[in-house]
Amino acid sequence: MLFGFEWDTTNGWTLAVSILPILLLGLWVTLKATVLGFAIAMVLGLVLAALKAAPSRLVSWPARAVSEFLRDTPLLIQLFFLYYVLPEFGLVLPAFLTGAIALGLQYSAYLSEVYRAGIEAVPRGQTEAAVALNLTPARRFSRIVVPQAIPRIVPAMGNYLVSIMKDVPVLSVVTVLEMLNVATIIGDRTFNYLVPLTMVGGLYLIMTLLAAQGVRLLDRALPKTGIPLK
Amino acid sequence: MNDMTWLDYLPVLAQGAWVTVQLTFWSTILGAVVAFGAGLGKLSRSRILRGVCISYIEVFRGTSLLVQLFWLYFALPIVGEAIGFNLRMPPVTAGIVALTLNIGAYGAEVVRGAVQAVTVQQYEAARALNFTPRQTLWRVALPQALPEMMPTFDNLAVQNLKDTALVSLITLGDLAMRAEQLRNYTQDSATIYSMALVMYFGMALVLTTLMRALGAMIGRWRPARR
Repeated sequence: MLFGFEWDTTNGWTLAVSILPILLLGLWVTLKATVLGFAIAMVLGLVLAALKAAPSRLVSWPARAVSEFLRDTPLLIQLFFLYYVLPEFGLVLPAFLTGAIALGLQYSAYLSEVYRAGIEAVPRGQTEAAVALNLTPARRFSRIVVPQAIPRIVPAMGNYLVSIMKDVPVLSVVTVLEMLNVATIIGDRTFNYLVPLTMVGGLYLIMTLLAAQGVRLLDRALPKTGIPLK
Repeated sequence: MNDMTWLDYLPVLAQGAWVTVQLTFWSTILGAVVAFGAGLGKLSRSRILRGVCISYIEVFRGTSLLVQLFWLYFALPIVGEAIGFNLRMPPVTAGIVALTLNIGAYGAEVVRGAVQAVTVQQYEAARALNFTPRQTLWRVALPQALPEMMPTFDNLAVQNLKDTALVSLITLGDLAMRAEQLRNYTQDSATIYSMALVMYFGMALVLTTLMRALGAMIGRWRPARR
């Protein structure tokens, strides 16, 4: 029994049916971690991108180094680092939150590159025209550059959202009860790993196919007219 | 507590790092082979071969690496029992197989994209010159497609290096595993995990340098820009 649901071990099929609600509860945790991790990554990525684009090399160079470091080291080790080292400095966070922060940190480095590429892809003429029209720098950025960068960055961000979802099982090592962790617990107790693990794989496949379809729809829904794409 | 310092951790971590290097090496090489097989198979004229390759790519790109690893290590032996084969793999094999199949699926899409990006005129010219399909692939398509694949392969190789950390979860003694064992023994988390992070970062930098050098070598095949 897990989360108040009993399993039926008569055969593989009855087991599959009886553990589906338990796995779906795990899936819900996976999705929550994905969304929270992505939200953190979006904000931190923006900060990193801004720092990397700073005119002073004293700021941009360390930002670039931090971004490289976050991108080139394994999520698992970053997660262990946060999980074991933060409490030594008196910062005791729930495992779920630590996991979401680890996901957010790792993917902030990826997203900062997405932001940078999207902004750099806006033709220079657009900014020059905005200067000629006497728009303030703030309006230039928020009204001219950002609206044209968004259609370029959304598909890439969607792909990273899916990547985060596929990285959430790593959080199981710090006791987060996401879908894979739930499945291995069921395996430990029923001595049947095949059914729960195969179901997790299937559920992942469904989720990523749905997400890919969602990104495609979103990409199609974004306005392309009036924005010179290439 | 004990009086181990960071210098005492170094040999233990280095031992794990060597396992990580070997894992990365084998799974990247084998992954490249799988990537070319599946990527070219997806472009095949045979509907069966195409179907097999597409299913493989979708399944391994659509699920999580950790799920694949656990499935191969814990679930596959049960399938083997049911059909009368011994599919129980030692952790090293399961780790390399999972990493290879995972990175191979991502690489396959890169191979497919690069081969498809070779302009149609090149294929038409090859046909006009009466090249066999095999000659077209080896002499026309791949030499032009390879240089385009290299930057993405560089990213995938680093991705693969990072992913090897997950094999510690099926009891393989790589860098991640050694770091965790040291931590359990000494409780000196900050030092040990900082060292592990720096070591992974160093390996990633070396790997990137090697891949760039390989890319530059292959880049000589790039046709002159018009």
